[in-house]
Amino acid sequence: MTSGEAEVTAVEEKPARLISGPGMLLVWFYGVMVVGAVSRSAYQIGTDFQRAPLAYALSAVAGVVYGFITYTLVRGGETARRAALVCCAAELAGVLIVGTWTLVDRSAFPDATVWSDYGMGYVFIPVLLPLSALYWLRKARAGAVTR
Amino acid sequence: MLNALTLVTGVAALLLAAWCGWAAYRDQPTKDWHFIGMAVVSLLAVVQLVVGIVQLARGEKPEQGTTIFVAYLLGAFACVPAAGFMSLAERTRWGSVTAAAGAVVLAVLEVRLYDIWGG
Repeated sequence: MTSGEAEVTAVEEKPARLISGPGMLLVWFYGVMVVGAVSRSAYQIGTDFQRAPLAYALSAVAGVVYGFITYTLVRGGETARRAALVCCAAELAGVLIVGTWTLVDRSAFPDATVWSDYGMGYVFIPVLLPLSALYWLRKARAGAVTR
Repeated sequence: MLNALTLVTGVAALLLAAWCGWAAYRDQPTKDWHFIGMAVVSLLAVVQLVVGIVQLARGEKPEQGTTIFVAYLLGAFACVPAAGFMSLAERTRWGSVTAAAGAVVLAVLEVRLYDIWGG
């Protein structure tokens, strides 16, 4: 079939799609985390920032990082893949550092952040998400995208 | 009224999650019947949104604050349709997994809504 062949070449010329297959599930969860982290921090910063400025600011940072990763995943291509890899590594580091920090020094956090206790309040999605995203992005190296 | 609706929507969301999860397990994309199921659950979320706003308009106060309550109502309303469109774009088993994940998120939101409204 000629039309089928044309389709295949068209797919190959496009930048690597990062949202095919399991990537779609990742985008969904990242999208949920963006809405969760951004709306939560916006509300908390807007109403009672003085109560736990560090915790609320960290939630806002987490929201921005999640937003950027979502954008790079949807955009696709090799540059976006690399950018997403770096951000996911940063995200993982953030979860681990902030998670440990909240356990060690409870007094610094009068209120929870998205990353408190390694994301326990979010069923550990914040720590599982970067791990699965890193795995997926390494697999989805340009030209080697398989369904 | 609102709590009953929250319970029904939550249970419906879990059923939808199981159903789409079953499709994913059998390596199938979401089909017309799944989308009808999603439409039913979305309709419940819309009814919940309307009833919630009417309750607020009648002067009732959610236990944990009106802003949070409305934000969660809107989130619950948008949740399943968003996942549904994503499963429409991904015509493999992973589309079904995404739809199931969307329904699970809705169920979690319903539990939170129950707490926020205050039993």
